[in-house]
Amino acid sequence: MNIFRKALILVVPVMFLVGCASAPIDTTDDALTDSASGLNDTSTGGDTWSGNAGSDDSAQITGIQDDSPIGRSELTLSDKSPSNLLNTRVIYFDFDRSKVRAEFTDVIAAHAEYLANNLGAQMKLEGHADERGSREYNIGLGERRGNSIARHLGLQGASRGQLEVVSYGEERPAEMGHDETSWGLNRRVEIIYTREQ
Amino acid sequence: MLKVILRSLLLLMVFWGGSAQAALTIEITQGVKGAMPIAIVPFTWEGPSPTAPLDMTKVVTDNLYRSGRFSPLPERDMLARPNDPSKVNFKNWRVLGVENLVIGKVRVAANNQYIVQFVLFDVFRSTQITGQTFHVGKISDLRKTAHQISDVIYEALLDERGAFDTKVAYVTQSQDRSGKPRYSLQVADADGHGPQAVLNSSEPLMSPSWSPDGRKLAYVTFEGGRSSIYTQDVYQGKREKISGFKGINGAPAWSPDGTRMALVLSKDGSPDIYVMNLLNKKLTRLTTSYGIDTEPVWTRGGDAIVFTSDRGGKPQLYQVTLSNRQVKRLTFEGNYNARATLSPDGRMVAMVHGNGNRYQIAVMDLENGAMQVLTDTSLDESPSFAPNGSMIIYATESRNKGVLSAVSVDGRVHQRLVLQEGDAREPVWAPYGK
Repeated sequence: MNIFRKALILVVPVMFLVGCASAPIDTTDDALTDSASGLNDTSTGGDTWSGNAGSDDSAQITGIQDDSPIGRSELTLSDKSPSNLLNTRVIYFDFDRSKVRAEFTDVIAAHAEYLANNLGAQMKLEGHADERGSREYNIGLGERRGNSIARHLGLQGASRGQLEVVSYGEERPAEMGHDETSWGLNRRVEIIYTREQ
Repeated sequence: MLKVILRSLLLLMVFWGGSAQAALTIEITQGVKGAMPIAIVPFTWEGPSPTAPLDMTKVVTDNLYRSGRFSPLPERDMLARPNDPSKVNFKNWRVLGVENLVIGKVRVAANNQYIVQFVLFDVFRSTQITGQTFHVGKISDLRKTAHQISDVIYEALLDERGAFDTKVAYVTQSQDRSGKPRYSLQVADADGHGPQAVLNSSEPLMSPSWSPDGRKLAYVTFEGGRSSIYTQDVYQGKREKISGFKGINGAPAWSPDGTRMALVLSKDGSPDIYVMNLLNKKLTRLTTSYGIDTEPVWTRGGDAIVFTSDRGGKPQLYQVTLSNRQVKRLTFEGNYNARATLSPDGRMVAMVHGNGNRYQIAVMDLENGAMQVLTDTSLDESPSFAPNGSMIIYATESRNKGVLSAVSVDGRVHQRLVLQEGDAREPVWAPYGK
């Protein structure tokens, strides 16, 4: 797979860059975490965000923009071609598990790279479970899955403030059937960009 | 910001007294052998209209029949229809094997009140067991009176308080005209009659929990794309957001004295059990495991909380004592035991008991640990005891629909409550109230 090899080549320098820029990103991290943990509906509103952007330290933004032009041109959300890994927005899980299956590691790496390159981007990770078992336990399971993806994204360069995990448990099934096929499609994390850049 | 608030307001309407929708009907799927034979003679009607505004006899007969403990005599088999104690001939009933007899009448008094009278007889002893007169102000209260009469008969003959004059809350999911999901929190009589939506939302609603006085519900909503916990006065419609932290806000459970709320938060990491003082909203954290700790329920005395945890690998029930935070495991049988609910006398715990692909309702005797599976379906959830402890209402799946069912605590009587459209789930039987 050519794309994967290309993606790997891209990931290495980007991770290095993010590593270098770690100090300013951490600051931004805190600022973003604060706004995201507010109890009200302020954290994803566009208005609030632009306010934050104005007060942002410009250092990390210019650093990434100048130093990783290749990454930005290669991975874009606007590229709707099936080969663009960013177009995979659903990650599936095994029964009662939150471990990321090997088949999804490239997809997660691509999203992590995008988030690292676009510090203004915000992602909501919606965790879901199949219908078996109790509802509130499934809420816990859905969050565990969302956190599992968030941890992988974080390890690969996304900052915590870019990520929000919301668990819907079994409340919002993708498939309505009561069989193994439906359950497999319902055990998932949906990746939603609430802000693309 | 403003836009978000406006949208939330539009998506969500709180009301009480809106149009009744999607009535529930109850069918009894399995009764008890040797149910008590009883005859309920049609109550006579003395009023200006040709027929009574409500067939109270039918409400009483249906209640007693559905409990599984009574076998009412069909009206066509009755040899006489007395409406006054002086007209009762016990021989007419003994010959039919009827052990107990109910007669009654409904009339309209000068002040437009309804006067409802009934008498319960022991046929073999030829004696009156009990009788009462009710003064009812409104037509709409006649049904409540019929439930009260059912409760009096039930208690007089079985020496156990009835639970007919109680409410049940549950969540429904249906689709609006454009195919979008629509969630409702409904409150109905315990026989499924007269459901009224107390909350409608385009986002999921979860985990309703009654206050001990039966006036308020706590629940989880996903308004605005995040979970939060509200309490709402069911009769006045007023509501209050009590928890909206980052992460999970789930599984609210009122303390027996109504002053505290147990709930689940993941703001400090994994989901843990907290207790909120409802007066000052102060939180106390009770558990700190790395696993999922959820679904708290209070013990009768309010000094401990039973909850679900997968700290040992699979979900099992545990109990934490509030004073010293000591945790002990309660369930050891089966690899999935979750969503506990305690019987009103505190002696039994009902739960979702899973083995492989089957999830059934089971009860465990807390004294000796004996477990009994009560249901024979496979996707059972959300058990809730009737306030007299006689039945457990729960949610299950039947013919691709979410339905409510009830089973007696001994597993012998089974009922199904069928919603005409959409799915019903998460039933919670209201307490008797104060």
